[in-house]
Amino acid sequence: MIQLQHIERVFMVGEEEVHALRDVNMAAEAGEYIAIMGPSGSGKSSLLNILGLLDRPDSGSYELDGTLVSNLDEKQQAAIRMHKIGFVFQFFHLVPRLSAFDNVALPLVLSGVKPDERQTRVSAALAAFGLSNRARHRPDQLSGGQRQRVAIARATIMQPSVILADEPTGNLDRSSGIEVAEILEELNHQGMTLIMVTHDPEMGKRSRRQVLMVDGRIEGRTREDRGQ
Amino acid sequence: MFKHGIVVFPKSMRLRDILTFSLRAATANRGRVLLMLLAMTIGVGSVVVFISLGDSARRYVIDQFSSLGTDLLIVLPGRSETTGGPPPLLGETPRDLTLDDAMALSRGRTVGRIAPIIAGSAPISVQGLEREMLVLGSTAELYEIRHLALSQGSFLPPGDPSRAEAVCVIGLKGKKELFGNGPAIGKWLRIGDRRFRVIGILSSPGVSLGEDLGEIVIIPVAAAQSLFNASSLFRILVEAKNSAAIEPTRKSILETIRLRHEGEDDITVITQDAVLTTFNRIFKALTLSVTGIAAISLVVAGIMIMNVMLVAVSNRRAEIGLLKAIGASRGQILGLFLAESTLLSTVGAAIGLIVALLSIQLAGVLFPQFPLQLAPWSPAIAIAVALISGIAFGVLPAHRAAELEPALALARR
Ligand SMILES: Nc1ncnc2c1ncn2[C@@H]1O[C@H](COP(=O)(O)OP(=O)(O)OP(=O)(O)O)[C@@H](O)[C@H]1O
Ligand SMILES: [Mg+2]
Repeated sequence: MIQLQHIERVFMVGEEEVHALRDVNMAAEAGEYIAIMGPSGSGKSSLLNILGLLDRPDSGSYELDGTLVSNLDEKQQAAIRMHKIGFVFQFFHLVPRLSAFDNVALPLVLSGVKPDERQTRVSAALAAFGLSNRARHRPDQLSGGQRQRVAIARATIMQPSVILADEPTGNLDRSSGIEVAEILEELNHQGMTLIMVTHDPEMGKRSRRQVLMVDGRIEGRTREDRGQ
Repeated sequence: MFKHGIVVFPKSMRLRDILTFSLRAATANRGRVLLMLLAMTIGVGSVVVFISLGDSARRYVIDQFSSLGTDLLIVLPGRSETTGGPPPLLGETPRDLTLDDAMALSRGRTVGRIAPIIAGSAPISVQGLEREMLVLGSTAELYEIRHLALSQGSFLPPGDPSRAEAVCVIGLKGKKELFGNGPAIGKWLRIGDRRFRVIGILSSPGVSLGEDLGEIVIIPVAAAQSLFNASSLFRILVEAKNSAAIEPTRKSILETIRLRHEGEDDITVITQDAVLTTFNRIFKALTLSVTGIAAISLVVAGIMIMNVMLVAVSNRRAEIGLLKAIGASRGQILGLFLAESTLLSTVGAAIGLIVALLSIQLAGVLFPQFPLQLAPWSPAIAIAVALISGIAFGVLPAHRAAELEPALALARR
């Protein structure tokens, strides 16, 4: 369960203040599927970064699964990112020198999981995403769709409760885009909360709820929005 | 439950994984890393070589002194400035050290052997062949005191030191120069305008204490006195009966001479101990200062590590952002980058140590007479240097990586 209240985020660009988020309030039930939409520069990524604890709001509170995470210290927030949040990016952000296997294993390595347990978990994840025969390939030897599947495998290897995806299909052709969306939706079916930023109205329509952002605010409500 | 389960006690990376990750990250950027390894190799290598050179030189000199015998005291005419006391009056010349002084010293209770020495250089000739050589005037006891060895014949005969018998003992090299491969024992040679009969030939111990024992002629001290027309001794070597007797012997020598020199302390007594300590000090200071100069190259290496790591951090911003996004804490990022710089500098230091070892062995082959040796503590120094510079010069880049804002690092703008 996610609860954002009165989130403000202001960037200083030279002398000028840029309000990326203005009094954002948002709630998401566990297992929801939300699409965040809106014009470029409206604050979608800023919102997702706050949700993923990649950025801190200037004010406001953020509650995740009953913990007031906006009050936690850096180390504790890192642990939340590790165990509760899976992040998927438009540009995949795979480590170029590591194989698909090692990229997926990274969160397990960081949290000190033993090698033999890593082996079984990563192999299972790669198999689930149809990547078994690509385990030893480096990212530059994979197609865009395969890279994004590796990235999703990595984001979900720790069994997070929330998946945050910032334009996950933005860099893919139509068919791999749909493939990736289906994978994310399947994970949502298994119970993970899915929050996805997208420009594509077709993608947006697939979600159960759409949140429209304009100029740093959440604008009215679109389809099925149960509101605050 | 969650608060106490995961947030408060996050597990950390396994050491092996840290090393593997850092190694792969470090080796991904070959050119710069090789350059840095080269700098570290040169830095550690030169420090280790210089330390070892200094240490070997120190050991060499000390071995040379020790070969003189450890219970040795050397009596020199003239007061040494370093013994303290009031400076000599203007124009005062020290009284000569005479053969009688030496005889008086030999009566000391704690004195074992004693050898008065007169030294000078003189032309030595045999049938038109002439060589300038060092001439030592001494007594039979010099043989034992200086641990000399003969290849043929006998040494100076024992007996009254004031008897100027016309016999001599000659070094091996000098013998070859004057007599070739023919026999020399019993032959006569000329020193200045006097004739001496060769009674012994030294075997070749090489150089001892700066004197080439190969080109030397030893004659009775009284003969040397009249040859050089001087009654003053160059020095007196005194051997104490045992090492416990060194200090009492020194005191009694000073006392005896003071009595004989009208109350003047106009000699210097050097003990083996004091000489060794002084040399030790000098060589340690020398080694340290040369090493200090070599250490500058280590600073250069350190700065290169810093440079390589700073470039790595800015090249890998996205990777750092990603690591944070999947749950790496600031401390973990710091640790990973410190591990990387320490790994690099350790490998550099290891190569430097090997290079130093090889070059010292090579020098040992090229100059076999000078016993070169890797200083025993230099591997420890190399490792310490590697760890310190890897950490010290890695801190700034690692800190920069750790402080990176993940949202910013992952954004493509
Ligand atoms: N680090 C930053 N420094 C300065 N301004 C920023 C920063 N990050 C975001 N902004 C500004 O905040 C506003 C919101 O940016 P954000 O990236 O959230 O938009 P977005 O909705 O994701 O846009 P897009 O669809 O183009 O990705 C923009 O005006 C942007 O210029
Ligand atoms: Mg965006």
